Parts: sequence; C-alpha cells; structure tokens
Amino acid sequence: MDVIVCVKQIPDPETPAAAFKVDESAMQVLPAQGISPVISPFDAQAVEAALRIKDTAGEGTVNVISLGPDTARDAIKHSLAMGADEGYHLKDDAFDGGDAWTTALALSKAIQHIGLPDVLIFGRQAADWDQGTVGSIVAELLDLPSATVLRAVELNGDSISVSRVVADGFENISLPTPCALTISNEFGDPRYPQLRQIMQAARKQVTELTASDIGADASEVGAAGARVQMHALYQPTSDVEVEIIEGDTPEEKAAGLVNALREAKIL
Amino acid sequence: MASILVIGETDDAGLTAPTLEMLGAATRLSGGLGGAVALALIGSGVGDAASAAAAAGADTVYTADADSLDTYQTDSYLPVAQGIVEQDSPSVVLLAQSSIGRDLAPRLATRLGSAAIMDSLALEIEGDRVKATRSCYGGNARQVVTVQTDPQVITVRPKSQDPLEADASRSAEIIAVDVVEPTLRAQTTGKELAESDGIRLEDAEIVVSGGRGLGGPEAFSDLEQLAGVLSAAVGSSRAACDLGWYPPSQQVGLTGLVVSPTLYLAIAISGASQHMAGCGGSKNIVAINKDPDAPIFGFSRFGIVDDYKKVLPALESAFAAALE
Repeated sequence: MDVIVCVKQIPDPETPAAAFKVDESAMQVLPAQGISPVISPFDAQAVEAALRIKDTAGEGTVNVISLGPDTARDAIKHSLAMGADEGYHLKDDAFDGGDAWTTALALSKAIQHIGLPDVLIFGRQAADWDQGTVGSIVAELLDLPSATVLRAVELNGDSISVSRVVADGFENISLPTPCALTISNEFGDPRYPQLRQIMQAARKQVTELTASDIGADASEVGAAGARVQMHALYQPTSDVEVEIIEGDTPEEKAAGLVNALREAKIL
Repeated sequence: MASILVIGETDDAGLTAPTLEMLGAATRLSGGLGGAVALALIGSGVGDAASAAAAAGADTVYTADADSLDTYQTDSYLPVAQGIVEQDSPSVVLLAQSSIGRDLAPRLATRLGSAAIMDSLALEIEGDRVKATRSCYGGNARQVVTVQTDPQVITVRPKSQDPLEADASRSAEIIAVDVVEPTLRAQTTGKELAESDGIRLEDAEIVVSGGRGLGGPEAFSDLEQLAGVLSAAVGSSRAACDLGWYPPSQQVGLTGLVVSPTLYLAIAISGASQHMAGCGGSKNIVAINKDPDAPIFGFSRFGIVDDYKKVLPALESAFAAALE
C-alpha cells in the first residue's frame, strides 16, 4: 500500500495574535520574531494517517511532497522524522506567486511523475490561507474518488474506510484505491519525532524537482497560471471595548454581570 | 441565463438558512451584473422547496430530484451540479461553506475550468468580478480576492449575508433536470448522528461555550447545567474537542460551526483567532477567564476576571433568580 502525502510549511498558527503582523502593501504576512515556521498541523495529521495505513498493510511506502521555497524542506524533514520514507521538494522560481489551483496542478503533475500511489492524503486545509481546496483539486485533476474532512481512516482489505465530519455527525464512506483523502483536526494528535528519528531523517532522501522535471510549463504554474488574484491583505480590528465586572467575591461579580446584561437589555 | 447561480441546500424544514442568505446576497449582487438569480436544488424531494425559493429571490429554480441524491455524495452531486452550471452558464456560482459546499466547490470549479474562493465573509461587485473578503491565517488576517476565470465559484460563510424579506407574490421558472444514475466510486455506507439534546447551536439565542481552560471534560456538565437555566446551547473550542472533552459536532470555530447568538458566554476560552472565526459574529460576547490578558476580552462586551470554577455556581443562581 503506497501513500503520498502533500504537506506545507507555514507560519506557526499558534503565533499569539499580538505577534502576528501583515505588510499590507506587499500583501504578505511578516515572519513573527523568534517563532519558527511549522508543518501545517492538519498536514502532520495527514502524515500520521498515512503511516498508520502503511502499518496496517505491513508493506508499502509513505512519500511526501511539498511545494514551496527552501523552508518547505523543513515540512518534508518533519514528515520523514515521523517515519515517512522519501521526500520530494517542488522548488522552482516558476512556482512563485501561485494560488491553490497552480499548487494543485504542480502537485498532480509531480504525483504522476513519481507514480500514482494507492492513497493520496492531504490536510483539510493549510492553516495559513485556510482555503481547503488543494486536495480536492488534485483529486479532480487525477480523476480520483475523494473524501474530505476526515476524522478517521482505516485500511479495510483493498478499500479505505473513512469517517467524515459533517454538521450533524459523521458519515462512513468506503473508497476504492486509488483515492484522495483530506484529514481534519478531529483525527487526533500525530506522533512527535524523537531525536533519534530526526537524526535518521537526515539520511533520508529528498529529491528536488523543478517545473520542467514534472512536465509543467512555466506559463501554467506560479503567478502566470494563477486563477485567483489577491487585492488586499490586512488585519481585522475589533472596536469592542470590554467592561470588566468587578467585585470582591464571585457572587458579587456574578450578580454584577447579570445586572449589566439586564441593563443592556441582552437578558 | 442567470448572472448568479446559487447551489442551495434543503433540510426537513425546506431551504436552509445559508441558502436563503445566499439568495439575498445573489439578488443584491445581480443588480451590478445585470442578470437574474437562479437556484439549483439537488436532492430527494427538493421540488417542494421551489416556491419558497421564488419568495426568497430566485428567478429560476433548477430541481434535480432523485432517490439517488438523498445523501450528499461527491460522485453523485458533482455531475449533476456540473450539468446545471453548464445549462445555465452563470458568471458566478455560490455555495454555502457547509459540509457539502466545502467538498463540492473545489472539484466543481476545477471541472468547469475555473477556481473557487472559499468561506467568503463579504461580497461586492467590481466590473464583472465579485470581490470576496475572506478570513485567513486562522482568523488573524483578511484577504480580498477575485476569481479571474469563469464561472467565479465562491462559498459563503453561514450568517455572513442577510436573506431577503420573503415575498410570496414572486414567482420563478422551475426547470426539472434529468438525473442520470450516478456511478459511485466513494460510497457512503452509513451515518452516525451526533447526540444532541434540543437546541441547535446555530439556532440558539444564547450559547455557553467552554475551552481548554476548563481543565477537563467534567466541567462541560456544569456548562450544560448553566445552559439549562438559560435555555442555551453548549459549544466548545477546538482545543477542548480535540482533547476529547466534548463532541466535534459542538465545535465553534474556523473548522467547526459558525454561530451568531445574541449572547455568547465564553468560559475559560482564550480567544484564539480560529475560535473567533466561529463566534466573532455574536451580538454580545461575555468572557469569564482568570487571565486578564486573554485575547477573548478584546472581543467581549463584558468580562469577569476570575477562576470559572468559583464564578459558575454563583452565576447559575444569579441567572436563575433573574429569569424567575
């Protein structure tokens, strides 16, 4: 059972709001001082799902792909330290300035270049742009059945059984292979690499691939191929002024809050 | 040909609230695009909702009604949605940012040779493009984007748009679409309904919500007790859900539900941006947190700085006395 996981390195989503800054004219998020980028948390869960499929199957490979600048290598290294076998880094100036569509196009071409696995796994969304479309676009481009926003994935003979999170509960879905899946936060914590595994990962192979390596024309990827255009990026402001209810005891504070809510006609 | 096609959803009560909201948005936007508003209803027994769709703003209603469409499945809905879009050839396709829209929109857009913008909060027309404002970076930032290809596929966050006043005198052309028996590759084999006792989170006027600061799953029964006094629904932050303290179906936030109650009582919730993405639209937020620097206070109208364990029992009796 061969699995490919697509991962992305992003600014740490746990960055405190106070440290989060945007360069509005460049339409870019500024790196937060002293806070290192991380693998998108949903992607680490996707790697975990892939490793568990391989464990259940007892054979096969888990390979990871990341498209991005030099820092993308860290997301690949993290995945390798978790236990993935090989990494592929899509790295080319031609990929710069792309959108979800061009990223998905490049990933799908890279997957065809490497060889279509039995299962493709993605995080439900990259926790930077929060679009949540790349997995589905790749599935569509490769004409694969897909299931998205999953909390559980299990290898069941030749098919994959998944539990999809929906508004009023969970749906059980069975997919043939090859198929594409996206993993949601409900999946649970991924394993955290230990020092020994990080050392081992340093010896695992990471292959760099350019646009021409994967058969992508420079005009169809990156800014040249993008279908979505950004016009502005800014930080929202809150104009709410909080009134802290004071009191010597919890009872006084509780009574004060109820009074305030009644006076404001909220209650 | 419509300028905007809304791919709607129905439940036992008819058109869902996000569908009515999208029809409202589509009607406002279509003025700028100079065309009509169409609605696509895909499912089993959806024809019943067609007259309500006219009253809510649709000029044309496409109904794809078949037993095979009873449950949303990617493989069955995708070709039907594609067929309706190709028949109508709208410049804009709106879907809800729902379990269905999240899954359907990107595949549909790709199949149509275009792209999707997800989870928009605000929409405006500029030329022949719809400029969408959406949240990103876990709610820490907003971006304004357009789809440069056609059709412009956009999902809309529930409660971000206002529905029209229903006008029963309006009528719509109803077009029944032939449904070809789908070839299912991924098959839905069953469904587990989340346990819920009464008030739906999205409909509740008051929401009592708890976070990681509660310290454990037991505290949620205290929250449920307080919610009982207030006739409120109980929500949870993602952190508390991921720790297994409360069901994922009750998660409020970027990856969960969007709620906008009159009163959102945030108990031991820090106020991470991804949580605020789900409750920021509440009319009044009240925070109880022992950390005076918790970001949640920056979004709150009233706050109590104290250990929730001490405040909650007092609050429950104060609310009970006030509501007698």
